[in-house]
Amino acid sequence: MPARRTIWNLLVAGSATLAALATTAPLLAQPAPPAPQARFVVVLDAAHGGDDTGGRFANNQLEKSFTLAISVRLRSLLAARGIQVVTTRDSDTTVESNKRAEIANHAQALACLSLHATQSGSGIYLFASSLTPAAPTRFPAWKTAQAAWVTRSLKLEGVLNSALLNAGMSVTLGRASLPALDSTTCPAVAVEIAPEQNANHETTAEPNDKNYQARVAAALSAALLEWRTEAR
Amino acid sequence: MIPRHQKILFAFLLLASLAMSAALWHLRQRAHERLLAGQNSAPTSAPDVAPTEQAALLVANDSDGSILTQMHSLPLPADPGARARAVLGKLLDLYAAPDAAHPVPGGATSVTQVFLLPAPEIPGAVPAAGKSKIKDSKAVTNLPRESFARTPGTPSQDALQGSPQLAVVNLTRSFADNHPSGIETELLTVQSICGTLHATLPRVTQVRFLVNGLQRATLAGHADLTRTYLAGNVIPSDGAQP
Repeated sequence: MPARRTIWNLLVAGSATLAALATTAPLLAQPAPPAPQARFVVVLDAAHGGDDTGGRFANNQLEKSFTLAISVRLRSLLAARGIQVVTTRDSDTTVESNKRAEIANHAQALACLSLHATQSGSGIYLFASSLTPAAPTRFPAWKTAQAAWVTRSLKLEGVLNSALLNAGMSVTLGRASLPALDSTTCPAVAVEIAPEQNANHETTAEPNDKNYQARVAAALSAALLEWRTEAR
Repeated sequence: MIPRHQKILFAFLLLASLAMSAALWHLRQRAHERLLAGQNSAPTSAPDVAPTEQAALLVANDSDGSILTQMHSLPLPADPGARARAVLGKLLDLYAAPDAAHPVPGGATSVTQVFLLPAPEIPGAVPAAGKSKIKDSKAVTNLPRESFARTPGTPSQDALQGSPQLAVVNLTRSFADNHPSGIETELLTVQSICGTLHATLPRVTQVRFLVNGLQRATLAGHADLTRTYLAGNVIPSDGAQP
């Protein structure tokens, strides 16, 4: 009896395999559908928020408010161009730096911008991580996860620099060690907006100037559009 | 029914207690102001028993984000730790001056101690001079490493040889709390401290920061103070200023 049952099982399995081949054969004969394009996601990190007020400006205004305002403005510009945007905060809430990096890493973004504002200096400062570039590893250390992405972050910094210069802004490039930036696994740049000055070192626009914020957001949006074509 | 004399006594005692409270509050305010005034006028120079020497200070400038080498004469003790504290005190005094190019309140008293320890091997150390300053896309020509190492006033090449050291700079909490917030300004402070330490004590190759003896996440919300900075990579944007 067991021998008969085994033969029966073999017959059933064989017929099932033949049926499967018969149904998949026409599919294999068809040309493969085009691979879907890699989704282009941008992470916008409005620095500070909640209890962490960031820098304090004239008239008791806070950095956390400026960064959120620019993040909201930039998100709208990018969304209007069909770019998927993930933000680390949409309101005045406290978000830990590790949580910010977690959000960016889960989004698997192709660009991460950390937005800051300052009252010292002038123009726009762009910072990539100061970590030494390293080869990607399967389990990167949390505090140096950005090391495998530094080269691409520097390229993104260059694209942002070109767009901001084209918009007539003064730009300073730099490398910095920032907790949230160093733990992200995507091309990441910190953008710090300082007062705009003319050739005579006279301040022409403060970071809370809506027109200045709009110009910065437009330039960053143009840069990210260009980065989208380069990243693909 | 409360007797009249007791009512008068109660009112008198109430008035007396209120008057004493006001007097105590006034005295407390005066003592607080005296304390603050005493802090502001605290001696900031290094001990005058030490011979005066030339020291190279890497001074930051907010207007163009540069770090320039400036030579200053100041009494420098022989002990390396005290020497490091003296040069950092002078550097922070420059930043606390009213017309400072990189204004940071606090002054020399902001550096509590500088500990010098054998430098460990740290793969994740961050170059303090990670910034390659480019203003308006015009590249700033940095000095070669040799010219920085041989800045007048710095110890000779013999002193460069020896085991590398880690400097642990203990800052006061008021310095960190009152430091202007911003990536650029905080980085300039960190880099100028690292560079000045390396210029004075070339064996110092790594720098860590404590605030009131404890580790602090950031200086004023941006610059990471939990990391070890490589001091030897700080290169001034311009040559030494005699």
